[in-house]
This record gives sequence, structure tokens and C-alpha cells, in this order.
Amino acid sequence: MKNDNLIQYIFSIADNALILGQRLSELCGHGPSLETDIAMTNMALDLLGQTRSYFQYAAKLTGEDKTEDDLAYLRTERQYRNVLLVEQPNVHFGYIITRQFLFDAFHLLLLQKLQNSTDETLSAIAKKSIKEVSYHFRFSSDWMKRLGDGTEESHAKVQEAVNNLWTYTDELFHNLDSDNEIITQGVGVDLSELKDSYYEKVKEVLTDATLVIPETKYFQKGGKKGIHTEHMGYLLADLQYMQRTYPNMKW
Amino acid sequence: MKNNWPLWEVFVRSKNGLEHRHFGSLHAADAEMALENARDVYTRRNEGVSIWVVESKHITASNPDDNGEFFEPAQDKVYRHPTFYDLPDEVKHM
Repeated sequence: MKNDNLIQYIFSIADNALILGQRLSELCGHGPSLETDIAMTNMALDLLGQTRSYFQYAAKLTGEDKTEDDLAYLRTERQYRNVLLVEQPNVHFGYIITRQFLFDAFHLLLLQKLQNSTDETLSAIAKKSIKEVSYHFRFSSDWMKRLGDGTEESHAKVQEAVNNLWTYTDELFHNLDSDNEIITQGVGVDLSELKDSYYEKVKEVLTDATLVIPETKYFQKGGKKGIHTEHMGYLLADLQYMQRTYPNMKW
Repeated sequence: MKNNWPLWEVFVRSKNGLEHRHFGSLHAADAEMALENARDVYTRRNEGVSIWVVESKHITASNPDDNGEFFEPAQDKVYRHPTFYDLPDEVKHM
């Protein structure tokens, strides 16, 4: 495929937004209250909007007769490059907020760098998305503090979520070999550079939220190389069902 | 989640130069959450440039039983209505 490295790089950003957006959209009509339900699905729509911009660009780069839908719906599990964090299931509200918070903190740092990309399209998408993602980060940080510094039950639940999900944070900062060229060209972001500011930011909020920062030394990885957790297959089954069952179906 | 959060009234300014108008109400634990909820519930499609929230209990409302004395003055005092002025066409929002 033409431009393969760049397309793969775009997947590594866009798939995070797609899969997290899909997870959040599962909450439509199931949020804990009307207000939070709307807030979550609102974020889902933001993320799907961003995904579309990335995929439209990637589809064009293939030089083939592909559309954004082909890229979203017709790849196999191994071809999705999202991190493991975003595919984790909606266990409970505290879990959803923690997953969101751990991703938002990263997402914001990434976009702040990506807006300086030498690739004009990527830079433009990043600039456009920053406003949305700043709000996501504000929303999820506020909720971390409410839940962490809330009741005994909310504190225990969100602490457990932090402990479980922490193991997926390190993967956010892994660069793949195939991305090296893209990074040297100034098109992509060197993720390892974001790591310190990320943990600093995250720890600040967790401390405010009276939560304990896990001391895990062992981290999960694999999503970026297409090796996903057992949750991914079910998620894709939902996501891809229509296009797989009725190929080329249109609304 | 048992929703025992207090009720808040939401006022949104649609664009600069216009006044804040009542858009509706929602539940939130505190003012900051009310503001964020209002943003998500009422302004996610570019409906506004500014939001006010106020806890509903702080609003003092007129009693419907008093509607007679409050809202039904005698109709024969035309001088109470500023209908004797010619408004220039350029004046908007009057």
C-alpha cells in the first residue's frame, strides 16, 4: 500500500478515538443520570468526529478506492492499532471515568504536539480537536476528584479502577519501529517525550482526589501491534456487524 | 445512581448582545457540575456563548393564587404603555 507508514501512524491515533468512542456510545441511554448520559455520548460524538477526519485523510492516502467506512468497519482485529486502555469494558461509572481520565490526559498532550506536525492535515485535525479534548480532560478530572474524594464507596470503586487500569498506561508512550521515520520527518510525535508530563499531570489529579498512585512495575502492551485483550473481539462484533452482514449497506 | 442532587436553573446567552434566557433545568451536585452539565445538555450544538446556573431553591416565584393582584391591572390606563413613540427602523430588539 502506498504511504503505508503514514497510514499506519494515522491508525495509531484514530483507532484510539474510534474504539473509545464506540465504548462511550454503548452508554447511550444507560448513563447513571440523564446529565452524565448526555455528557458521555457527547464525548463519543466528539471522538467519532475526530476519527472521521483522520480516516478520510487515510483513505485518500491509500490511493485506492477506499472510504472512511472501509477503514472503520472492514479491518480485522489484528489491524486495529488502538492501545489496550481504550478497549477496556464499561465496568461501572467510576471505571469509565478512570479510563477516560487516563486517556484524556494523554490525548491532550499528544494533540498539543501534533498541532506542530509538518503534515498540514494532521496539524489541522489536532488544532480542531484540542478544544474538545480539553473539555474531556476537564470533565474526567473533575469526576475523578468527585468520586475519589466522595463517599467511602465511590472512593473504593475508583481506587480499584485506577489500580486495574494503571497497568495499561505505559503503552501510551511506546513508539513502534514503523513510526520512526514518521517521527524523524516531524510528521509524528515522539511519544516517549510525553511520558513525564503525563504522569506528573495524572498524579496531581489523583492526589487531589485523595487516591493512591499505584506502584505497579509491570505493564500490559500489545494493542499498538494489533494484539488485543479478549474484550476487543466483542466490541468489533458490535461495531462491524452491519457492514459484515449486509456488505456495502448504506443508511 | 440515586439522583438526590439538587435542581439548578440554566440561563444561556445565545450570542453577544442578547440577554441570558432561561433554557431549562437539570440536576447537579454543585455549581461547577451544574455548569458542565448545562454545557453538555444545552449548548453542545453551538447554542450559546455564556451560561449562568442558579440553584432553583434560590428563585422566589410568584404564587399563582396571587395572579389577579399581580398581573391583571385595570386595562383603561393607556398612558402606561409606551405606544406613543415612533421607533426608528434601525432599533432592534425592542
